[in-house]
Amino acid sequence: MAVGAIFNNMNSYDIIIIGAGSVGTPLAMFLAEKKKKVLIVDSESSAGQGQNKAAIGGIRATHSDISKIKISLESIKIFSNWKKKTGIDIGWMKNGYCFPVYNESDERMLKEMLKVQQSHGLNIKWIDKKEVVKLAPGINEKNLRGGTFSPDDGSASPLLALNAFYEYALKSGAEFNFNENVVSILKDKSIVKGVLTDKGKYFAPIVVNAAGAYAGEISKTVDIDIPVRPDCHEAGITEPVQTGIKPMIVDIMPGLKSKNYYFYSNSENQIIFCLTPSPTIWGGDRDSTSRFLPEISKRMIQLIPKLSNIKVRRVWRGLYPMTPDGFPIVDFPKQLKGYVLAAGMCGQGFMLGPGLGLTLSNIITGNAAAASRKRIKGFELNRKFEGQEKLK
Amino acid sequence: MLIFNWNLAMNRIKSHMILPVKTGEKIKFSFDGKPFYAYKGEIISSALFANGIKIFSHHHKDKSPQGIFCANGQCSQCAVIADGLAVKACVTEIKDGMRIETLKGLPEIPELKEEGKFGEVEEIETDVLIIGGGPSGLSAAAELGKLNVSTLIIDDKHKLGGKLILQTHKFFGSVEDCFAGTRGIDIADKLEERVRTYPAVKIWLNCECLGVFSDKKIGVLYNGKYFLIKPKTLIVAAGAREKSLPFIGNDLPGVYGAGAFQTLVNRDLIKPSQKLFILGAGNVGLIAAYHALQAGIEVVGIAEAMSEAGGYKVHLDKIKRLGVPVYTSHTVLASKGKKELESVVLTQVDKRFNPIGGSEKTFKADTLLVAVGLNSVNEFYKQAERAKMKVFICGDAQEIAEASAAMFSGKIAAHKVLKSLGIMREDVPKFWAEKLNVLKSKPGKIYPNKKNHEKNDVYPVIRCSQEIPCNPCVTVCPKKSIKLSGPSIIKNPEFDGECAGCLKCLLICPGLAITIVDKRKDKDNPLVYLPFEIERDKIKKGDRVNIADENGKTLGLAQVAHIKDFSAENTIVIGVKVPATMADIAASVKLYNAEAPRKTHGLKDEIKDSAIVCRCEKVTAGEIKKVLRAGVRDMNRLKAITRAGMGACGGKTCSSIIMAIVRSEGINPEEIKDFTQRPLFIEASFGSLCNYKTADKSSGNGGWSDF
Repeated sequence: MAVGAIFNNMNSYDIIIIGAGSVGTPLAMFLAEKKKKVLIVDSESSAGQGQNKAAIGGIRATHSDISKIKISLESIKIFSNWKKKTGIDIGWMKNGYCFPVYNESDERMLKEMLKVQQSHGLNIKWIDKKEVVKLAPGINEKNLRGGTFSPDDGSASPLLALNAFYEYALKSGAEFNFNENVVSILKDKSIVKGVLTDKGKYFAPIVVNAAGAYAGEISKTVDIDIPVRPDCHEAGITEPVQTGIKPMIVDIMPGLKSKNYYFYSNSENQIIFCLTPSPTIWGGDRDSTSRFLPEISKRMIQLIPKLSNIKVRRVWRGLYPMTPDGFPIVDFPKQLKGYVLAAGMCGQGFMLGPGLGLTLSNIITGNAAAASRKRIKGFELNRKFEGQEKLK
Repeated sequence: MLIFNWNLAMNRIKSHMILPVKTGEKIKFSFDGKPFYAYKGEIISSALFANGIKIFSHHHKDKSPQGIFCANGQCSQCAVIADGLAVKACVTEIKDGMRIETLKGLPEIPELKEEGKFGEVEEIETDVLIIGGGPSGLSAAAELGKLNVSTLIIDDKHKLGGKLILQTHKFFGSVEDCFAGTRGIDIADKLEERVRTYPAVKIWLNCECLGVFSDKKIGVLYNGKYFLIKPKTLIVAAGAREKSLPFIGNDLPGVYGAGAFQTLVNRDLIKPSQKLFILGAGNVGLIAAYHALQAGIEVVGIAEAMSEAGGYKVHLDKIKRLGVPVYTSHTVLASKGKKELESVVLTQVDKRFNPIGGSEKTFKADTLLVAVGLNSVNEFYKQAERAKMKVFICGDAQEIAEASAAMFSGKIAAHKVLKSLGIMREDVPKFWAEKLNVLKSKPGKIYPNKKNHEKNDVYPVIRCSQEIPCNPCVTVCPKKSIKLSGPSIIKNPEFDGECAGCLKCLLICPGLAITIVDKRKDKDNPLVYLPFEIERDKIKKGDRVNIADENGKTLGLAQVAHIKDFSAENTIVIGVKVPATMADIAASVKLYNAEAPRKTHGLKDEIKDSAIVCRCEKVTAGEIKKVLRAGVRDMNRLKAITRAGMGACGGKTCSSIIMAIVRSEGINPEEIKDFTQRPLFIEASFGSLCNYKTADKSSGNGGWSDF
């Protein structure tokens, strides 16, 4: 009896988080900071080895939806204050986002969205051609009409940031079990009990599914279907060079084999870039395809010809856990008490992660819970998934 | 056209026993504004070295000077600015009038002078793609070509043969399987000749493999143009790369790999050093020492951490006999110099390779070669496996061994391909695998050579006491008097029977381990014939020369009675008259006396931690240790924290150093989760990847924009 009690105690937690990625790790950090006993289980051998390390590091609040805007504003606060708070550099730069525009319809679309974004208090404006050239020296000026610029957005190193969050979580008392696969979520009727892994059983009244690309599969073990399935996006990084390019440049014009692509010069002066393939490539393959480099190279040179002489260093592919409407699913589903969904980030887990982590930790610990719940209203599971995120 | 006398240029090899000295058209270039001359078609790094320039750039992180390191297009340490663009000096051809500048910090990207045009990325289909045109790749190609299988063999160099084209020494192995007794450079020619007779084999030189992609296509840059190759089967024959070690000053210009040295010396006939030190007495280090001596470079010493040299004893003896000291149970503690290497600090080590305090000694040297072993270049194979391609691997890419084994393993890989393509039904014959194992065998036990020449008045003395796979002396003896002591070619050769004194065994022996004693004219003062391949006019008839025994011990002076120049073999046979007692033990002419080192003091541990592990990102041993001690075991996380492995080379150099630190920290290597390797395996410009071409060839951006 006594032995059993100790055993039980050892495997009992306040909260279990599945996935030590972009969302799970900062959530663990905030919960542990609030003195909760937290366990994070991850199948990889260290934090951020899923899709986090595939992110290129852009962080913006200039979305078209209020929930995303609010969460991202929280995130930006956390990223930008991190060095002041802990002394640790995570490569944060307030370099802004710039969408250069070359045709009338894009100009109209962006200008309309600008009104919405400005109405939410976001610092974003239309800039003329000359200002775009100043932000992106060498940009093709033919037919360039200007663009949007949001100076308060920025970027950070996903590798350094996640490692910093992980170490902070660890220091605050969170436990991480790596190289461990979650087999199923345990429940008793409609109440969550814990998780079963390939190494053992762990108990907690709250289980957070932050399993990114694999969240859908895991949710099936408790018969809650969440419409999350991964597609892939390809990314790469160059040698470090001086280009004079300041903000994240997003080219929304469609290409031959791709939708949009975006890039910026990171804190190491390396151009880091990412492309959305078209047609969409569904599935979990994370190795680069041969069509990526010729496509993005051509597009980047068309936009900024001098990039032609910059050498590409490495490429990779990451998964976007997609939902039908392009918005995350963050919810406390009523059919299973204690089950928390923090999934379907649609490729924005890195920028949403810290804000979401803080918001969820507030709800879970009952700290300003109502306001926090309101903030994630747009991410409910029981929505129609009919709309479409305009700027994915 | 100006014909340029290379003897006038500094730092060029003026005469060489084996290799032809270069002559050719002279072109002008400038370095940091000063005018210099180069040879047309020469590579930038060699042109700079020829003119005494060893510092090419200053690192953007710590401003430290950088020079050549791999000389193989892999590491990007040798970047310079050429006509406004940052390029790898070791693979970029110098052009007449080129403006070369030291790269300081991060390169700036100039605006294009004019708009270019995008080209198609052509897709090429082939039955077999072979990555690597060295001994294993060429052997595989020949087997496939023989059966008319459409094969494309690619190599990033300008010439086929892989590292064989840098090897001036004769090779081991068996005559029938792998050209034993022939020099590496000549084997390369023979293999190439054979492959070129098969029309089914296409050869792409100057072709870099950038990556193997998940859709089973392989991206290559062929003469700067990007292609995607879609083979039915893939053979990875990409060879090996050199390991490195963390010691203080390991990133100083002047510290580099033995392969880079061989490229400078034996491919480009550059004399990059006056005083050379070598770390590592495996075959690579020993051979590099020999190549240095052939280039007229003084070898100050060789250090080896093990208690015995790891290379073939015959290679070791050859070096020792010429007078090069070999310091076993020693390692390099530090390399020192203000901007370039000036001296090397050695320390003795105990059985666990820990430095023994008070044993430190300093040698003056301008160059330190790191020859501490090789790693397989197997990233293409791993990627192809992930992409579920039909892929085979051979040569050093599969397992590090001699070129003789590589050739045979190439043949085996080709057979496996033939089977997988349904062209051949039979499995690889079993005895092939056994034969390969023999050729791969590491140097074995030492048995003293038997002497059975009491009745002969002319006879060979064989100093080949270690079991190695080699038999050309047996094959070449016209009297069939040299036999192996057992059925396998690793057994030692023995002389028993008649000897005609024809010198054929002496000339073919790759180890220079055979001398001929001739007592026919004078029993009391016999003639001893010694092989010599260091320098043609160094020793003349009538000279009194120092004679060394098998292990390099000086026996005394002897007069040179004959010089026979076997120009076809590029070997000189020196006939010396010696007293009868010396006849059987005289093994070589001794050229040098070892230089005594200076005693120095040890170094503090915290200084040792400043050794560079990741050269690209300037990550130190101390930083790696700190992360390992904090419990990090996933190399991907170590990389995220320290940036080790994030540089241009992609962890090619640092990953083995990190593993060495892992072991020295007492961590079980099995706990370590390896880096995820991803393409590109060699950096390539955006322009080259979409075949973007500008018409203006006179500008720095002209031509294929692959830099």
